[in-house]
Amino acid sequence: MVSATQQAIEAVWRIESARLIAGLARIVRDVGLAEDLAQDALVAALEQWPESGVPDVPGAWLMAVARRRGVDTIRRAVTLRSKVELRCRDLPEHETPMDEIEFEPHVEDDVLRLFFIACHPVLSVDARVALTLKLVAGLSTEEIARAFLVHTTTMAARITRAKKALTEANVPFEVPVGEELADRLSSVLEAVYLVFNEGYTATAGEQWARAELCQEAMRLGRMLATLAAGESETHALVALMEIQASRLRARIGSDGEIVTLDKQDRARWDRLLIMHGLAALNRAEEIGGTGSYAIQAKIAACHAGAPRAGDTDWVRIASLYGDLVGLTRSPIVELNRAVAVSMADGPAAHICSPGPAAPDQACSTGSFRCRALRPTLPLSARKRPTMPHSAHKALFW
Amino acid sequence: MKVMVLGKATERSEAGEFGSAEEFAAMDRYGQQLAEAGVVLASDGLQPSSKGKRVAFDADGNTTVIDGPFAETKELVAGFSIWEVASMDEAVEWVKRAPFRDGGVVELRKVLDAEDFSESFAAEISAAEDQLRADRADGR
Repeated sequence: MVSATQQAIEAVWRIESARLIAGLARIVRDVGLAEDLAQDALVAALEQWPESGVPDVPGAWLMAVARRRGVDTIRRAVTLRSKVELRCRDLPEHETPMDEIEFEPHVEDDVLRLFFIACHPVLSVDARVALTLKLVAGLSTEEIARAFLVHTTTMAARITRAKKALTEANVPFEVPVGEELADRLSSVLEAVYLVFNEGYTATAGEQWARAELCQEAMRLGRMLATLAAGESETHALVALMEIQASRLRARIGSDGEIVTLDKQDRARWDRLLIMHGLAALNRAEEIGGTGSYAIQAKIAACHAGAPRAGDTDWVRIASLYGDLVGLTRSPIVELNRAVAVSMADGPAAHICSPGPAAPDQACSTGSFRCRALRPTLPLSARKRPTMPHSAHKALFW
Repeated sequence: MKVMVLGKATERSEAGEFGSAEEFAAMDRYGQQLAEAGVVLASDGLQPSSKGKRVAFDADGNTTVIDGPFAETKELVAGFSIWEVASMDEAVEWVKRAPFRDGGVVELRKVLDAEDFSESFAAEISAAEDQLRADRADGR
């Protein structure tokens, strides 16, 4: 039986861990060490709070404990180095001790830095996803392992390797600027959307863990949209995830089977998530709204805006897929576009041309796919085409 | 899960006072923290009950409209938020960080979701909904 204090500690950890780890990482300049220190502080809380009660300002308590341990750790390192220096007098003087460094108040920037370091290009995509959930979302290694259907030891090793890779690459704890920002931000958004899709599209695993992953991804997305509010794709990703997630409860039938978009009971869609998602899409459009997440969010919004499947604005969806083809040049997107065009104009319309927005280079492959698809194209908007699962999931789920 | 956060009315909120500039700034900072944590789905304040209405139903479904203000200030709602959080404990921890003073009360209520319904009831509802869907598909 979990005690009330332990539940309170878990809640405090969820609220404070990202800011705690991020604040510590700025001071000790090593995200792995920062996380260890934060974990030590959590253990101290688990030992002391059941006796002393939860402190009034629990975040500050955790930070004070973690900093004190950080100072000890660095002192030990400095002492060790001093001993070495006695033997190698030509080495430079050691730096200012940690406890003399001022604790700056730019906490929000710290959390944004934490996102960027967790999704750093020196890491594999799997490692970025795991580190983002560990460092920013504050999930335990066990929780992440369970959600991704791997053994805890496997996930623990992945996280340890990732932290080591960051230390070895001496990755600076900073928000990238200039041209680098766009690339790095897209890595962060990609990791968040992967978490979402892991929860949204997978059919294996415990149901609750899946829904939880979607919620974690939406939380991370909303954090990013506040911390990097000037970047339109952060808002667009929030919009895309929220509008898709609004269908979660309509998407599973009474026997646990997946109900496709055209057959879902739209009354069961989560209107609050749709409204929040549409507001996020508005913000994205006010400051840009031409990125790939924005286009995908607009497509999701078209579905959300149709009271019945038959009311879907396939003309607009086909045109949006055209924009997306131009941007991503992905064969799956082309396929979705072909389906959308057929829904809009009937099955013959798309066969001659992939449309003005598609790059010339894609024409041959595009029409190849169209020919391959022809026998299975739907005759009306009411009938769902029978196509390979991966091809139509973006359209119909 | 979603939690509805109900800020209970005070004599000041019922009098239509918005609060001082300092209180506003503190609420702003709090709102910013919540936004940065990604938990807020909706949030708004309400006019005092003097500008509100109540609609009462009798046994036959006849209605009576009652104009505000309403008594029992402490039971009235002055503002609300809907948060998406992992647990009720998380919501409680967040409320503790609010800059309220002077006997303010905040009530937390979980928004019902699938796990709140018993399996048999859920199956019954879902069968009824399947029927409704089938009727709609048939154009009935």
